[in-house]
Amino acid sequence: MFGKLSWQAIPFDQPIALAAGAFVGLGLTAVLIWVAAKGFIPYLWREWVTSVDHKRIGIMYCLLAAVMLLRGFSDALMMRSQQALAFHAAGYLPPEHYDQIFSAHGTIMIFFVAMPFVIGLMNFAVPLQLGARDVAFPTLNSVSFWLNAVGALLVNIALVVGEFARTGWLPYPPLSELTYSPGVGVDYYLWAIQISGIGTLMTGINMVTTILKIRAPGMSYMRMPIFCWTALASSLLIVAAFPILTATLAMLLLDRYVGFHFFTNEAGGNAMMFMNLIWAWGHPEVYILVLPAFGIFSEVVSTFSGKPLFGRRSMIVATMAIFILSFTVWLHHFFTMGGGGDVNGFFGIASMVIAVPTGVKVYNWLFTMYGGRVRFGSAMLWAIGFMVTFVIGGMTGVLLASPAADFLLHNSLFLVAHFHNVIIGGVLFGAFAGYTFWFPKAFGFMLDERLGKAAFWCWLVGFYVAFMPLYVLGLEGMTRRMQHYDRPEWHPWLLVAGMGTLIILCGLGLQVAQLWVSIRGRAQRRDLTGDPWDGRSLEWSTTSPPPTFNFAVLPSVTSDEPYWSTKQQARGRGQLVTPEPEYVSIETPRNSATGFVTAFFAVVTGFSLIWHIWWLVILGLVGAYVTFVAFAWRDVDETEIPAAEAARIDRANRAVRAEALREEPAQ
Amino acid sequence: MSTPALPLAHDPAFGPVGIAPGQASGHGAGGPAPKRIVVGYGFWIFLLSDVIMFSAFFAAYAVLFKNTAGGPSANELFGLRNTGTETACLLASSFTCGMASLAVGVRSQKWTQLALLVTGLLGLAFIVLELREFTGFVARGAGPSRSAFLSSFFTLVGCHGAHVSAGLLWLGTMMAQFYAKGFRQDIRHRFLCFSLFWHALDIIWVAIFNLVYLVGALPPELLP
Repeated sequence: MFGKLSWQAIPFDQPIALAAGAFVGLGLTAVLIWVAAKGFIPYLWREWVTSVDHKRIGIMYCLLAAVMLLRGFSDALMMRSQQALAFHAAGYLPPEHYDQIFSAHGTIMIFFVAMPFVIGLMNFAVPLQLGARDVAFPTLNSVSFWLNAVGALLVNIALVVGEFARTGWLPYPPLSELTYSPGVGVDYYLWAIQISGIGTLMTGINMVTTILKIRAPGMSYMRMPIFCWTALASSLLIVAAFPILTATLAMLLLDRYVGFHFFTNEAGGNAMMFMNLIWAWGHPEVYILVLPAFGIFSEVVSTFSGKPLFGRRSMIVATMAIFILSFTVWLHHFFTMGGGGDVNGFFGIASMVIAVPTGVKVYNWLFTMYGGRVRFGSAMLWAIGFMVTFVIGGMTGVLLASPAADFLLHNSLFLVAHFHNVIIGGVLFGAFAGYTFWFPKAFGFMLDERLGKAAFWCWLVGFYVAFMPLYVLGLEGMTRRMQHYDRPEWHPWLLVAGMGTLIILCGLGLQVAQLWVSIRGRAQRRDLTGDPWDGRSLEWSTTSPPPTFNFAVLPSVTSDEPYWSTKQQARGRGQLVTPEPEYVSIETPRNSATGFVTAFFAVVTGFSLIWHIWWLVILGLVGAYVTFVAFAWRDVDETEIPAAEAARIDRANRAVRAEALREEPAQ
Repeated sequence: MSTPALPLAHDPAFGPVGIAPGQASGHGAGGPAPKRIVVGYGFWIFLLSDVIMFSAFFAAYAVLFKNTAGGPSANELFGLRNTGTETACLLASSFTCGMASLAVGVRSQKWTQLALLVTGLLGLAFIVLELREFTGFVARGAGPSRSAFLSSFFTLVGCHGAHVSAGLLWLGTMMAQFYAKGFRQDIRHRFLCFSLFWHALDIIWVAIFNLVYLVGALPPELLP
């Protein structure tokens, strides 16, 4: 009746796992009860859960990322404390649990923190920057988000029901095959990633179509903001790389579920094929994450330096060069495969070549700051911290790209230090910069700058204290994922790294406090102007938060920095440049529960696949199909916002802008 | 020195001017493309991603082609008679799907339903023939668990078969929608996507027929 599921699936013998699961479960229940008691459920359902507004969906993505960051970071704390304690000792985490923790940490941080954070920011900002009303396929966007949330939920269910993978964040066979991982852990991983992967692919398609097909009039390719360019590159990479992930994991699933022999040791299976396929997705994946972060830094550096971005065209070329090159380097993840000197040489050089366009970008940011009137807001601090940190990470990357050095450093903590160096210093700092930068646009009030700066310094210092020792440990020969060790010279460095994690914890605490304080004091922090940073692109020309339809009348673009050039003209004249436009009614897509209902059936299907409850699998799939037909059957898919309402909102916006002009001296 | 004022219409934030929707292609600076273009374009991108997924399965098949683990090889298994009939069915169904597009173009309910029905029957015949081939292999001890070669064969060809089956489900839904709702714009957009999907499956089948069946039927000494 319930397949492999029984009471034995609850890990009563593992108090830490059970307590963590109970903590997450109780936290979730408490939040739900609080929401219900306050009577927020109808509001949440109407305005958020069923919303197809790209801004709301973007915010929900970021929220999902923030929650999962807390989960992933607790895993990090446990790993660092285990290694700090496990010198000549067993530590407090038994190996089978420790292995699940490092696997969950990597999986969560990449798939359910970095991805949703970056996609959330793209969702929020790209249509606004392009002067579009929404993304190309709003309901599909909602489905994507909810499928992503399903993946995150499944990973968290694994805490309490059953176990998670013990194979690392990429389930390398033959360890991940049924013979060596007979439990449900790998299945949790596979189905969580497959389901959220479909969501990600749909987002990629949606973003590419949005950017290439529904830009405002006058927004030619070369006029698109750099963040849109990087979002385009990243989305194209999603479209080109995620199907490979889906196919690869499908092969592993077939091996595990129906006895196929893609990657097994028997019957001609080839485990190295998995490494090749997974990294043919995996290396583009790191650029999927970091390119939008580069875009955010470009926007932030230019805005906070009060200058147009230096070398705009070279920035675009560099972005697209990285986009292409990212598919030519995957083999550097396993030089030790034994591909031979020619193969390793090719991939080593290709990997080093990527440093060139990246270097171009770094110089562009530096030259943008040069001669500018730089304002050191916390968004800008993240950008500067990124430039320093990312360059270090990039240089250790070039080091690892040399096959000769890689044979020694492969799988050591040096590698772990390197990729945290670029992912924390690049992607996460970028996400935080974007969060700080666009928060007032999303909610209409500012984040507390003092706490924001304090959080930045804790993260920056904590990062160096936590990860620089790992470089040393890697050079001293410590491999990754060790549950215990007996080398005395490693111990002090691991203690220092543990301290670093605590400093980062302070940073995270300060960010939670920042959000709390800012929400509490939102009445005093209102941003009425809609343009708190003296911005340059179109998102700053509409109100904060923007209306559902973003722009009352589609903007018409004539320059690289449309809002900035308009502001300059208006400042020159001391008044708004154009008369009031003629307002017409606006069609907006209707809310839809399709995303949420699909996600519900995806959870049912995924969970029952993991536990081999076949009748429930069929039920879930039929449910999903019925949902789609019901969606396809509806007759009204748009609501009309009357011209008067659009006019009211836009007139208020124009009045605020006119007021702002009067307060500034004419230049 | 003051900058010359630009024409009023070219002013983004302080008084933008709308354009008539549906006039643009979406590329260049012409403004947003009409819904039909956006939907079709998005679906093209999806098909592109689907083709990439198939390419991963093709790659796996190429890698594992010789890993027969002592079991039957391609040359011993594949016959072109059954596959030839399958190919004929699928190509003919693409033709009738094109006829359906023409029928939708002239808003003929009768011909649309008929053409779609024939498309569906041909697709169904394809699936039945494929299943017959698969069950025949399994009966001869050449199931997917026999060797890595057979695993990759069943996955590649089976994935295409699964796509065709999903397409049949979609086709049935499409027929019901045309019947119940008529030739509404959004339904025509959906039908555009369906026909793109159906033709794309044909293209993938052509690749499978050539690279799997024709190459597989060659005597081993002709293979590299």
